[in-house]
Amino acid sequence: MTTELWARLQFAFTISFHYIYPPLSIGLGIILVIMEGMYLKTGNKMYEVMTKFWVKIFALTFAMGVATGIVMEFEFGTNWATYSRFVGDIFGSALAAEGIFAFFLESGFLAILLFGWNRVGKKTHFFATCMVSLGSMMSAVWIVVANSWQQTPAGYRLVNNGGVIRAEITDFWGMVFNPSSVERLSHTLGGAFLAGAFLVISVSAYYLIKKRHEEIAKAGLKIALLVALFASLFQLFTGHSSASGVAVNQPAKLAAMEAHYDSLSPGDLYMFGWVNETDKKVYGIAIPGMLSFLIHGDPTVPIRGLDSFPKDEIPPVNVTFQTYHLMVAIGFSLIGLTLISIFLWWRGKLFTSVLWLKILVVSVLLPQIANQIGWYTAEIGRQPWIVYGLLKTSDGLSKTVTSEHIIFSLILFTLIYAGLFVVFLYLLDKKIKHGPEAKTKELDFSENLRMTE
Amino acid sequence: MEFSFDINTIWFVLIGVLLAGYGILDGFDLGVGSLHLLTKSDLDRRILLNSIGPVWDGNEVWLVTGGGALFAAFPDVYATAFSGFYIPFMLLLFMLIFRAISIEVRSKEEGKRWRAFWDRAFSIASMAISILIGVTIGNIIQGVPIGKDKELYITVFEMLNPYALLVGMTTLAAFMMHGSIYLAMKTDGELQKQVRGWINNSTIFFVICYATATMATLIYIPHMVTPFRAHPEFFLLAFLNMMAIANIPRETQRGKDFFAFLSSSAAILSLMALFAVGLFPNFLVSSISPEYNLTIYNAASSETTLEIMLTMAAFGIPFVIAYTISIYWVFRGKVKLDNMSY
Repeated sequence: MTTELWARLQFAFTISFHYIYPPLSIGLGIILVIMEGMYLKTGNKMYEVMTKFWVKIFALTFAMGVATGIVMEFEFGTNWATYSRFVGDIFGSALAAEGIFAFFLESGFLAILLFGWNRVGKKTHFFATCMVSLGSMMSAVWIVVANSWQQTPAGYRLVNNGGVIRAEITDFWGMVFNPSSVERLSHTLGGAFLAGAFLVISVSAYYLIKKRHEEIAKAGLKIALLVALFASLFQLFTGHSSASGVAVNQPAKLAAMEAHYDSLSPGDLYMFGWVNETDKKVYGIAIPGMLSFLIHGDPTVPIRGLDSFPKDEIPPVNVTFQTYHLMVAIGFSLIGLTLISIFLWWRGKLFTSVLWLKILVVSVLLPQIANQIGWYTAEIGRQPWIVYGLLKTSDGLSKTVTSEHIIFSLILFTLIYAGLFVVFLYLLDKKIKHGPEAKTKELDFSENLRMTE
Repeated sequence: MEFSFDINTIWFVLIGVLLAGYGILDGFDLGVGSLHLLTKSDLDRRILLNSIGPVWDGNEVWLVTGGGALFAAFPDVYATAFSGFYIPFMLLLFMLIFRAISIEVRSKEEGKRWRAFWDRAFSIASMAISILIGVTIGNIIQGVPIGKDKELYITVFEMLNPYALLVGMTTLAAFMMHGSIYLAMKTDGELQKQVRGWINNSTIFFVICYATATMATLIYIPHMVTPFRAHPEFFLLAFLNMMAIANIPRETQRGKDFFAFLSSSAAILSLMALFAVGLFPNFLVSSISPEYNLTIYNAASSETTLEIMLTMAAFGIPFVIAYTISIYWVFRGKVKLDNMSY
């Protein structure tokens, strides 16, 4: 394997592992705001107990996100130094903005959210919860802006800086609102809300099956279902606008997503299929002309196919195709799950139909998978470019870093992350089995400390 | 040394401020971690852990933001240093991960062996991070083999030279001193008595390391001294630094722990300032040829970016300072454990 492949593998592994947690934090964050808001509004203690329980789960996912996120902040420099020199002006600015506007906000108010229950008033605490949620979303804003600039660069010019070409900002807001920022950000946030909502749905369903903490489980399930309803329908729109944007800005990616080779024919929309990349054929079931219809409103308009791109500018087709289609399928399943659950709730059967609750328990995996593979579509579909049309991935590597360096760190990352994941699942399972605490007992050890002089 | 207060200089100072902020804030919680195993009972260890509980995460953000700001303002420095110091930076990352997770999970389980394992992980990681930071600073002070292509080729063994290790020990000692002073504010009773013993020992440890490191710098690293010869007014920094260190035992003896903490913060700040003055206008000094030094000019982003970032900083930093102060205010006073504690 080449150094490039090792470096890509390491990035893929570390970012995938990291991305298990931030969507949970963002999604749970907004749900915590709702739960604590309900507590403030109704004064019902049940909501307080519920909030405190989910705060503990939130703390665990947040800690995992922080621990694995620091790696990401520095990995551009360690493994992708040439890329960093090329984009520092732009990508670096977005990362710095994330630090100043998101991380400080999140981490500062997280202290109050976790440990401030007895130190500040109820309203101040609620404010802190809102700020943590806002911070987690601000973080998504800046990192998706940075990534979107890689997909659809704008607001820059190329400058020769001492013999090396690099991109420099010409228009900051043009860079921030590059052609894909808004739709990709909304799609990312929607995915995060689903991740959080389905975790709450899954755990609540588990309690209902076990007939434990039923009051909290029912109320939690209702809140999470409403978030899921909003988010899953929201994803229809953001998904559609993202795909339309890809059609305009990254035609090679769109062609790979549907494995559309022939530039003279209209685009078909596959339900599922398998791409034979050597024969340039897809075996599967498609709605003819549907892709053309979705993008141009006319099923007969030809769509630019992969045959119009130079061979070395075509992304891996089958992987892009599969990840994309699985993501879409999961997206529709989530809408279905949510609508059926709400129907059952309306009929008064949701809390007692054990079979359906069992399905809801495992549904927690679906948004996680969709979030991961949706990003695979975006990132693999961008290949061979690290910055679309400007810099190839193979030209972005660190010059001083060898395969041995990367293998060494990759082995360590694998071992550590495997260990972390086991610890995370163990503690998550333990917290869920332990459940919310009905009465909050105050353990004040400070008396033990005040020794007599 | 030509000195003009242009935007590149402002960014050099701002990144210095972010990293000094990191040194002062994460410095004490790394120090608390390094001292962690000196306590034996579970209650004492939980008090130590919870003394930094609400703040360690925010403290680490100073490093992350410092890294982001370096990436944005001086991309070549970010790229050269991070890829050149690949192995030590990876070790630093692993230790940061271990430490974060140890803090989070340590008290989530009752088992003795579970807690003993994470206690050790927390403490060893805290020490390793402090030493790695110091070793990196030591290498930057000495100068590193940067070539014409702005790339840095150095092996781990070259990095682990005696001078760099000395700076590593000095950093560890400084953080232990700083951390023990912080703990004096956060504890009482028997534990506080024990902590006061640590303050004495770690201050002595720090002064010895620091004196040795200063001698070594004066003798072996002339380029760090030249700026002070050219601008003797910067000796004031060295003077302030010594006053701050000397003030620590005085305040501790009077029982004014908060002032002792301010003194050790001032000591760390002035140490960073001395380091910055010695380097300026370079970020990374090339041991191959001064022509290849990465300076605040040849390694910088475009002026437009520096200006945009300055606007962002001007808008964002007041908020950052406001909530940093409010969080420390909310959690002032002695540690109290409750059912949400670590």
